[in-house]
Amino acid sequence: MALDLTAEERAMAAGEAGAGAALALRVLAEAARLLGAERLLPIASAHIDGCLYHGEGGVAFARALRDGGARVAVPATTNVGALDLTCAGTARLDAQTRALAGELMALHLELGCRPTWTCAPYQAGHRPAAGSDVAWGESNAVAFVNSVLGARSNRYGDFLDLACAVAGRAPACGLHLPENRRARVKVDLSALPPALHAEAAFWPVLGAWYGRALGEAVGVIDGAAVRPGEDALKAFGAAAASSGAVALFHVAGVTPEAPDAATALGGRAPERLLRPSPAELLAAYEGLSSVPAQGTVDAVALGSPHLSPAEFRDLARLLAGRRLKVPLYACSGRHAVAEIEAEGLRAELEAAGVRLVVDTCIVVTPVLPAGGGVLMTGSAKFAHYAPGNTGWEVVFGTPADCVESAVAGRVTRAPGAWGGTGGGTGGGAWS
Amino acid sequence: MELRGEPLLPGTAAGRLLVLTAPLSFWGGVETTSGRIVAAGHPQRGVELAGRLLALPASIGSSSSSSVLLELIRGGRAPAALLLAEVDAILLLGAVVARELGLAAPPALRLPAAALAALPDGAEARLEARLEKGLENGGRLRISAPAARSPRRSPSAGGA
Repeated sequence: MALDLTAEERAMAAGEAGAGAALALRVLAEAARLLGAERLLPIASAHIDGCLYHGEGGVAFARALRDGGARVAVPATTNVGALDLTCAGTARLDAQTRALAGELMALHLELGCRPTWTCAPYQAGHRPAAGSDVAWGESNAVAFVNSVLGARSNRYGDFLDLACAVAGRAPACGLHLPENRRARVKVDLSALPPALHAEAAFWPVLGAWYGRALGEAVGVIDGAAVRPGEDALKAFGAAAASSGAVALFHVAGVTPEAPDAATALGGRAPERLLRPSPAELLAAYEGLSSVPAQGTVDAVALGSPHLSPAEFRDLARLLAGRRLKVPLYACSGRHAVAEIEAEGLRAELEAAGVRLVVDTCIVVTPVLPAGGGVLMTGSAKFAHYAPGNTGWEVVFGTPADCVESAVAGRVTRAPGAWGGTGGGTGGGAWS
Repeated sequence: MELRGEPLLPGTAAGRLLVLTAPLSFWGGVETTSGRIVAAGHPQRGVELAGRLLALPASIGSSSSSSVLLELIRGGRAPAALLLAEVDAILLLGAVVARELGLAAPPALRLPAAALAALPDGAEARLEARLEKGLENGGRLRISAPAARSPRRSPSAGGA
């Protein structure tokens, strides 16, 4: 089973479209060989995660593409970088790292990418059609584009995302192939108490449980009593893609490939049937905190994935004109910030003590004060990555819990409908 | 002792085997400057990868592992070769890109999971991976020192 390139692809590899395109096609062909793909397939768009600085090697690769005259062949958006280009100084980086991280971001624009700098490109106008093949990076974006938009992508990592964008192709394997998109696991929520379905943090907590339970498997969720909106699906996918390797999920009656559970399962019986209990979801909820949910809060963070304008409006409503005692870092993209600026909301939030983090976020670059502390967050993804990436401890709560805690400077969590004590102890389902 | 495997990335390498007993995510799990395993709770935490023939029972597929491997190669702190039970295309892409940038990149070989787990940690070995078309048995691992398998933590690189 060898990789079979078309005449056009062989010409590209031979340099007929320039040295940069040839480099991209060679890298792509090697990836396809390693993945066991028999051919490449054309893609409609790309979302590039490789613009986040990890070292000089990534800069050298992007320079080689640029020097070889490469341009992206399909619409391509950029994920977060290591710098907030709209507000220099947000990220605490030394001068050399700052220069290289900035060069890497600039190189992506020279290659023709759109400067979206967001992990929620699907809310910044990048919405490929259902059934189209795309090459997206960033785990939450991959989960969203596959599951909520019904486009087809594998999880594309550094270098391969950009190589696909330049070549306009991706290896024909994995989730690009319809037979691999069928659900094998059914998750039945119908026995859960209605109050739990209505919890503000229900979808991110369910996502944290789901990623652990399913890993890489494709599942369909059935029996959701409250129809999840786009921001709930975004939070679910980000949680599931960080606790597991979830790249595609279906929600019966909600997502495009699941008009009902039977269709998502391809008319076959599920290989596994899971019914999470309230106790398991409580464990997932408490497991999102690394320290007990009590005592002082030093900072609050929201926006992984990046906040949408609707989430900013919720934040303003929850604040209700009060001032924050500790900083609340609100991470978002230019697309959303421009919209709330036009509404006058940005000034209102900043006056209350909200600090906007644009183009980047608090777990990919040093934004939080050095020395650590306790971070309260409403993002399951921040809860997953903050302890390892920032050295801060985390307490997870709903957006309302986050605002109350930022106003009080102390952990303030509503007991919720989880059925437990409400006091997170760490470990739990995560240990 | 000689083992046959599937060649993934071409080249030859010699050095001491480092057989990991738990999966490793390169991103967040390996320090790029030192090549040392820093993953919390990893049984081989503190061991340096440089110059070793690294046997990975499974890798945890972070999408940035390729960047970490490329940085290790650039800094001369990369393993001398990679032995995998499952193909991790994301990790291996770091070596593919390194080669494209003119750097010497480690070869890679796939071995059956049971054979990989039974490799003698710390033993001297030689790896050859050839990808020429039509070539049979292009991947082999020759272990020269006796298979003295011991549960102790292997010391850091240097003896090769």
